[in-house]
Amino acid sequence: MSQKIRVATTSLAGCFGCHMSLLDIDERLFTLLEHVEFDRSPLTDIKHCGPCDIGLVEGGICNAENVHVLREFRKNCKILVAVGACAVTGGLPAQRNHLSLADCLQEVYVTEISLEHGGIPNDPELPLPLDKVHPLHEVVKVDYFLPGCPPSADTLWKFLTDLLAGRTPSFAPELIRYD
Amino acid sequence: MTDTFQLDGEDVTFAPGQSVLQAALAAGRYIPHLCYHPEFKPHGSCKVCTVKANGRTAASCTLPAQAGLNVESDTEDMNELRRTLVQMLFAEGNHFCPSCEKSGNCTLQALGSDLGVMTAGFRHFFPDRPVDASHPEFLLDFNRCILCELCVRASCEVDHKCVFALSGRGLDKHLIVNAASGKLADTDVALSDKAVDVCPVGVILKKRVGFAVPIGQRRYDQRPISEQALDDAPRPAADSAACAACEGTS
Repeated sequence: MSQKIRVATTSLAGCFGCHMSLLDIDERLFTLLEHVEFDRSPLTDIKHCGPCDIGLVEGGICNAENVHVLREFRKNCKILVAVGACAVTGGLPAQRNHLSLADCLQEVYVTEISLEHGGIPNDPELPLPLDKVHPLHEVVKVDYFLPGCPPSADTLWKFLTDLLAGRTPSFAPELIRYD
Repeated sequence: MTDTFQLDGEDVTFAPGQSVLQAALAAGRYIPHLCYHPEFKPHGSCKVCTVKANGRTAASCTLPAQAGLNVESDTEDMNELRRTLVQMLFAEGNHFCPSCEKSGNCTLQALGSDLGVMTAGFRHFFPDRPVDASHPEFLLDFNRCILCELCVRASCEVDHKCVFALSGRGLDKHLIVNAASGKLADTDVALSDKAVDVCPVGVILKKRVGFAVPIGQRRYDQRPISEQALDDAPRPAADSAACAACEGTS
């Protein structure tokens, strides 16, 4: 049995910017890979999350599929981490929260003349959008929060190395950003 | 004549008439604060500068310094309270830092970062607050208003124009513009006004200069607010002569 820490990652209502920031730890990835192996992640293309030690979730919750994936992560990950502004607060997708969802869909797919008029999508394979965009902790228990759009590579590195060393992650002010 | 009080176990000298916060900043001691500005009359509304003085909590910007006062500020209790206050300010408005041109120069954001605010803490309100882009030089984005009244105070006390005011009570309290139309374009606000320079968050924005300073070179990118606040203090108090526009002839 592997002694490595198993890590799963996913992007829900996010832009994969937080994943890019994780890759931005550059050559420290080699050090990281001495200690961890990836389960479900865009890096492995594994489609479902198995039992893991750490789950890194980027993005908020904007549709029914996001809820299913998040619950799968919570069920399988001992430690669940909200990574980035969208996971922590809803982020930029939550800019629609003061509007009605119906009005948004109407504007984008029907009214606005500069956009294609294909009508409001109704394919049964499309996950249904939620009325509002939610941060992760409104749906499942979250163990750690890393704000930032995205959290910097140094912030992610500090978090992961603290956690792997068994320390409570702590951050200097320059590692705590909201943009 | 000078006297002293204790701040976190160390003597701080004060002059008569100084508040605890003024005396602390003048002595090079930082107490986190947000709605306080050394050039204006203290407002005492944001409560971020709350300390424990002789065992009772009080806003240090409005608490007169007294000889022998025992003030606790940099304690886990007080900082936890401040973190909660900052979270509540974020929750009340629409603070989308990644798309805000004040980001990196924002006092609220800098306080959160310095105090170690990692979580939302509260369910965000997502209020509906349309922006006022009527003025050719300024944009008013009410989504980020924290009701600190700094623009209100600056416009009345320094500019003597009273362009801004707060209206409503409790949750309905909001920033308004002193014009029959309610639009900034119909006021005499000008680029040289103090009021357009004091907004600690991204409400009053000058047009056509947004995002001009790259990430890494903005005010709070290099040093946390706790270090920079001391650079600004102490400064002379503004002449708080009454503004004819709001005080009438009394």
